[in-house]
Amino acid sequence: MKPLIQVQNYSFTYMGTSRPAARNVNLEIGEGEIVILAGPSGCGKSTVLKSLNGLIPHLYSGSREGTVIVDGHDVAETQVSEVAKKVGFVFQNPENQIFMFSVERDVAFALENLGFPRDEIRRRVDWALDLMGIQRLARQAPHELSDGQRQRVAIAGVLAMTPKVLILDEPTSLLDPLTARELVLLVKRLHDELGITVLVVEHRLDLLAGIASRIIVMDRGTVAMDGSPREVLARKEALTIGVGVPTVTRLYGLLTDHGLNLGQAPLRMEELAEAVNRLVP
Amino acid sequence: MIKIESVTFKHQNGTVALQNVSLEIRTGEATAIVGENGAGKTTLVKHLNGLIKPTEGKVTVFDLDTKQTTVAQLARKVGVVFQNPDHQLFSETVSDEIAFGLRNFGFPESVIKKRLEWALEFFGLTEYRDSSPMMLSGGEKKRLCLAIVLAWDPEVIVLDEPTVGQDLVQKEKLREVIKMLLLRGKTVILVSHDMEFVWSLQPRVIVMAKGRVVADGAAAEVFSRPEVVGEANLMKPQLLELSVHLKNPPQKPFADIYEARQWLVSSVSR
Repeated sequence: MKPLIQVQNYSFTYMGTSRPAARNVNLEIGEGEIVILAGPSGCGKSTVLKSLNGLIPHLYSGSREGTVIVDGHDVAETQVSEVAKKVGFVFQNPENQIFMFSVERDVAFALENLGFPRDEIRRRVDWALDLMGIQRLARQAPHELSDGQRQRVAIAGVLAMTPKVLILDEPTSLLDPLTARELVLLVKRLHDELGITVLVVEHRLDLLAGIASRIIVMDRGTVAMDGSPREVLARKEALTIGVGVPTVTRLYGLLTDHGLNLGQAPLRMEELAEAVNRLVP
Repeated sequence: MIKIESVTFKHQNGTVALQNVSLEIRTGEATAIVGENGAGKTTLVKHLNGLIKPTEGKVTVFDLDTKQTTVAQLARKVGVVFQNPDHQLFSETVSDEIAFGLRNFGFPESVIKKRLEWALEFFGLTEYRDSSPMMLSGGEKKRLCLAIVLAWDPEVIVLDEPTVGQDLVQKEKLREVIKMLLLRGKTVILVSHDMEFVWSLQPRVIVMAKGRVVADGAAAEVFSRPEVVGEANLMKPQLLELSVHLKNPPQKPFADIYEARQWLVSSVSR
């Protein structure tokens, strides 16, 4: 897989602070991957995200070492508006992202700002609304929508820019469990249909672990673990670092410590129940 | 004690957010309010500190009718930690933010100082004491909001989606805080989508859907009813799910993973 994102020996210290928020970070994300970025608060996840979409160093000042390359471009040397075309960023709280009078105006906002021609904007807005299944909401005001719908509007606004990478910052945290599951399935569908690379920051791994190709865990400013979900979640360090290990994997850990042979780490309770049932005489 | 009697709430545009809700929440009880987005959970808790007054019906908090009491009076008794911290934070520094509420309630400076130090330390915010709240991460802002409210020591603590943006360590800490509050006889009302967190507290669970209460009972009982789980967009907590799929199920669902371990280990070695 060709690497789309390359972070090399990257460190960043915000101006006015003494401790580096990112410390010698090395990571590579290939085109078409779905990667979860996890780790306790303050571990440097947000700093890495801000470095991927150019907010660092273009908006936040500080001292920087190493490089962040997205799709062949050094982010520090590229204008934020150019980076925005490659990296779509969906914030945790859509309230902070959508603010126009109607859904379609909102989805069109970034395109207008970047000076796209009118008919191109129309075409892209329709495409993005359709993709997110929210065509019928086009003329509604964002405040009339449910939280799940607002989340979709925010994603549509980002997709309209046809980015190569979709970054979602805790996308399910404000959603009820079923709506959250629908969102996860939607992200999977976008990935399958558009071949888009997805990077999700999440604490709740129970839903996302099932669709991810990799989990990268950060701790104290640097990458602590990097591997497949089953591999990473089954490791003891995941708990010590404070990653939101799903109940099922934690219980699996307790049982294997007790000497039960349950095979590979499960991601769903059904799998664990099956493994245990096989051992019941 | 909190009494909600036949409360209906209509927005100005006519939408009904709560429809004929009646509930009693006893002092010292742990209650979780769950249900899909837009079910009326936040509207309901805003009634408890008088931010919203019922269109019809009556809400009484420790014998105070919320229609006849100011928000300031009620807030002293009912501390609400809102879902979006950006709606709650406005001071220039983290310390000012915590001290603001305490000053407003007229605590003496010596008490303010002590409580401020406690809150900063307990919620891991000491290093940010002179920073702007806007510089904090999402998770840290949530912790700050919790620190602000607990600093003035209200009788009832309402937590609206407290686990959002919190890592495992912070969630464990939050669970400890809630347990400590309950031990001290406080009433804790939790609004949450995080079924795993709710389950770990084994609270009374009130399920809301479309402005109504559709179920009310012990966690194990409520989450075992498929029609309720379906109607309210919930998901079964994982340990309850496990109990269902076991060839050798326990008599009552596991409350935590240690209980589950004990049962599973003994059931395979029999």
